[in-house]
Amino acid sequence: MVGNQSASVTHNQRVVTPKIASRPVAATLIIAAGLLALFFSLGISISLGAADIKLGTVWEAVFAFQPELTQHQIIQELRIPRALVGAMVGASMAVAGSIMQGMTRNPLAEPGIMGINAGAAFVLALVFAFFPGLSYHMVILYSFAGAALATMIVYGIGSLAPGGLTPLRLALAGTVVATLLQALSSGIAISFKVGQEISFWYAGGVAGSKWSQVAILAPWIAIGLIGAFIMARSISILSLGEELATGLGQKTGRVKLIGSVIVLLLAGASVSAAGPVGFIGLIIPHLTRFLVGTDYRWIIPSSAVLGALFLVLADIGARMVNPPVETPIGVITAVIGVPFFLYLARRDRRGL
Amino acid sequence: MNQVSIQQAEGRRKARTYIVMAVLAVLIIICFVVSMSTGQVRLTPIDMFKTLVGLGTAKQEMILFDFRLPRIVIAVLVGAGLAVSGAILQGVSRNGLADPGLMGINAGAGFAVAAYLMVFAKGGGESVLLLPFVALLGAFSAAGLIYLVAWKNGVTPIRLILVGIGVGLAFAALMILLSIKMDPHTYLYVEVWLAGSIWGSNWTYVAVLLPWIFLLLPFAMYKAGSLNILGLGDQAAAGLGTAVEKERLILLCTSVALAGSCVSIGGGIGFIGLVAPHLARQLVGPRHERMLPATALLGSLLLLVSDFAARNLMAPSELPTGIVVAVIGAPYFLYLLARSKA
Repeated sequence: MVGNQSASVTHNQRVVTPKIASRPVAATLIIAAGLLALFFSLGISISLGAADIKLGTVWEAVFAFQPELTQHQIIQELRIPRALVGAMVGASMAVAGSIMQGMTRNPLAEPGIMGINAGAAFVLALVFAFFPGLSYHMVILYSFAGAALATMIVYGIGSLAPGGLTPLRLALAGTVVATLLQALSSGIAISFKVGQEISFWYAGGVAGSKWSQVAILAPWIAIGLIGAFIMARSISILSLGEELATGLGQKTGRVKLIGSVIVLLLAGASVSAAGPVGFIGLIIPHLTRFLVGTDYRWIIPSSAVLGALFLVLADIGARMVNPPVETPIGVITAVIGVPFFLYLARRDRRGL
Repeated sequence: MNQVSIQQAEGRRKARTYIVMAVLAVLIIICFVVSMSTGQVRLTPIDMFKTLVGLGTAKQEMILFDFRLPRIVIAVLVGAGLAVSGAILQGVSRNGLADPGLMGINAGAGFAVAAYLMVFAKGGGESVLLLPFVALLGAFSAAGLIYLVAWKNGVTPIRLILVGIGVGLAFAALMILLSIKMDPHTYLYVEVWLAGSIWGSNWTYVAVLLPWIFLLLPFAMYKAGSLNILGLGDQAAAGLGTAVEKERLILLCTSVALAGSCVSIGGGIGFIGLVAPHLARQLVGPRHERMLPATALLGSLLLLVSDFAARNLMAPSELPTGIVVAVIGAPYFLYLLARSKA
């Protein structure tokens, strides 16, 4: 959750001024190496598929595009948008998870576990059933609304319960909200016979991504990510604890509100593009904190880069596990994510 | 409080329990009868009675005996089984939010059944008798895994539940993996079944489920005393001469076996194991010898009503029962969660 320094701050012991552990050198290295790795894995992702294409051809298709070549067309029309959507979704989910964990000081906070993904998915099921053929612009707006719905339910319960949103409560509330929304979605799917469309999308994946999707998605995710970078310092302070943040003169209510809106933008846009892919928002922030310390000015850019890398790699994995069938990305992330979740659940810390 | 007034209070509580049970039994009978008469083809009470005593038309007999009755009986059995399974789990973990569905036990059973159907049965048929065993295997695997991962110089209730949620997520992912390997026919079948539909509407399924319920429910009632003692906490229970770990293991196995056998026939129905024990506790108090029978009756009633709604709300298309249960159960769970102490 928060690093070693701030762990020593308890209610009895507020004299200790906490320091935000920051490792700028490590963080810079990670961002640089991460970007390099991301660049290469994007190349691999683009070259990989039913028709194997050499990396050299990929380079040519990008920098010396010849429209009459089929391979160049496959790369331009199918592979590049897929890789880009993957990178955007990975970065968004990871940053959304980072912000949530920082704001709530809860190690299990994550869009998937909190039911936010299921909320977006539920509203999309409604859209598939009642407004088929809606433009992708509108689909994104609807999935923001769905994400907001689930967040409000889970937060609402947290604020009603005495003692606030402990990790156990969060996991229970998120699971149950997700169960409820999934039940409603599958009820809609069965009644309106749109089950196949929904289940295809529900399994998660970036396979069918197009340039139009990239174009619509990019501004939302850019706004979310830039907003997150701007908020980074405030989130670092909030991650020290609400009382302390107030003591340092922070308007915590406002920070939480803006932070939540950013989470909704990032999670809602990602889900609309790739379906409810879980666990990225759980794993990457923990990994990043382990590597770069507890300063969110470094955590947020690092987790954006690592999240993008992670999802691009997961997408490559999804194609390689069982070719020519594509394994849903959600399964790949769960295979890595569930053991990590279990590790966190086993760990004894206060509040758990 | 002196001896006399304690006895009086106890007497009043007993009387109250009998009244609650009687009311529940009457409600179940009413639902049973209404369920029998309602559907795509309505049967008037007179027709129904005639059919029951063997004077109906062939069509009426088929509707009643081959379609509606087995399904209704299964709803009663599965409801009671899941409810008592949840009550035991809550007693053993001393946490009112425990539920076999939430903790991945149903998912384990469901995964095993889906895998079995995919490999051997291809969507139903002859090997129905094996289903409960397959489901039990899955349920016990899930429960064993949860216990193993949560173990760290003993298990705490919180770790047990959190790890249960994690194991449930793992089975959900495995299920997705399985579903892409399935042929479309089996997939549809498994999808509806997973959503918790009482799909085995014939007497074979009743016959398969019945022995499990008839063995395990009375055994659970017999163990009510142990549950009461475990509720006092491990130290107090040990002080009273209970072999805590052994009793806990026996009770857990009973709960998992109930959940597994019910899931094998009823599919992934959650929340009954959560809602029914809570309502029962409010009606007859926390002592398990009174609470467990009330829980069983409430579970039956809840599932009967939900199944009735599932069949008739969106008629002529039919919703899986589990969806209706979730729509009722999940808000109730969230309400309980909001009231629970940290």
